[in-house]
Amino acid sequence: MKADGDILITLAVQFAIMSLLAFGGANAVVPEIHRQAVELRSWMNDREFTDMFAISQAAPGPNVMLVTLIGYHVAGLAGAMVTTLAMCGPTAVLAHFLGRTWDRFKDAPWRMAVQAGLVPISVGLVGASAIVLTRAADHSWVAVVITGVTAATAYWTRLNPLWLIGIAGLVGLAGLV
Amino acid sequence: MSEIAAPPSSNTPIPSHADLFFAFFKITLSGFGGTLPWTQRMFVEQKRWMTAEEFNEVYALCQFLPGPNIVNLTSVFGSRMRGPTGAMAAWAGFLVVPFCVMLTAGILYERYGDVDAVRRVLGGIAPAAAGLVVATVAKMAAPMFRSIGPAPFVLLATAFAIGFMRWPLLWVLVVMAPTSVGLAWWMRR
Repeated sequence: MKADGDILITLAVQFAIMSLLAFGGANAVVPEIHRQAVELRSWMNDREFTDMFAISQAAPGPNVMLVTLIGYHVAGLAGAMVTTLAMCGPTAVLAHFLGRTWDRFKDAPWRMAVQAGLVPISVGLVGASAIVLTRAADHSWVAVVITGVTAATAYWTRLNPLWLIGIAGLVGLAGLV
Repeated sequence: MSEIAAPPSSNTPIPSHADLFFAFFKITLSGFGGTLPWTQRMFVEQKRWMTAEEFNEVYALCQFLPGPNIVNLTSVFGSRMRGPTGAMAAWAGFLVVPFCVMLTAGILYERYGDVDAVRRVLGGIAPAAAGLVVATVAKMAAPMFRSIGPAPFVLLATAFAIGFMRWPLLWVLVVMAPTSVGLAWWMRR
């Protein structure tokens, strides 16, 4: 039981920190979740991590719910609740307080500089996610082709991404990957 | 502009805690393919709890804050309408359904994740999911590479430090955030 409690505390602390560092949303912290869960603590392997990311993208709801899957895998129902609360709670409290004072410095020059400075960082973080996920998921030439075709189609067309996910799933089911 | 910008909700009733909870609850039921358009439609067009400008302003704040934008939105909106407890009602209403969906997915994955057919399907979906993130980055990064300034360098340095060097997020942000904000401040003058 003690070990379980320790794991829940680790999950709570790590995901609460990530919640406040997630500039650019849930996708920005995918590399950090991978670093913690796969590299540092061996809670899961690369395959399980990319599986869970894939499920969170294919399922309805916001993609931050990846953390619910991770929490469940690590520590069952309690783990799922802890990671979800830790990821969605602290930032919501911050949003509550800033939402009340925001109007006051909406047009302040320092606020615009902060925003202009943070945007490229958040894009860079999501870029790091793309690197980490691609390296973890693409172990065959077919997988690389699926990543490339999906990226190109999502970039140049307005096709609903669910179609791409569905087609990729069928290609996988056919045993081609 | 069709309307004169009025103070928030001057002529519409302020939603109750239950209204806040169920508004976000309903939004998540229609949640395939992004919840933002649904939120905008319900708040601005159907319930008229906010004008389009107010919505954009709240959304801009939520993008600026760390954490999942849409979760931040529930908090800011609920808090503006009914204070801290309103924020909690909206936040909880938004999380109930996705949490149950993901919990179910987690239970199924732990039980059937090793079944051969499931393995093969996920083996196909995982590279596609990575591809979607690649496309998201490309869309966000494209305008930055067309303008002059430090943004492309900050972007590449961050992606390299986290994606290839695998340095801890906290330390990378401690160095990159002040650098990038400082550069942005200096560029503005």
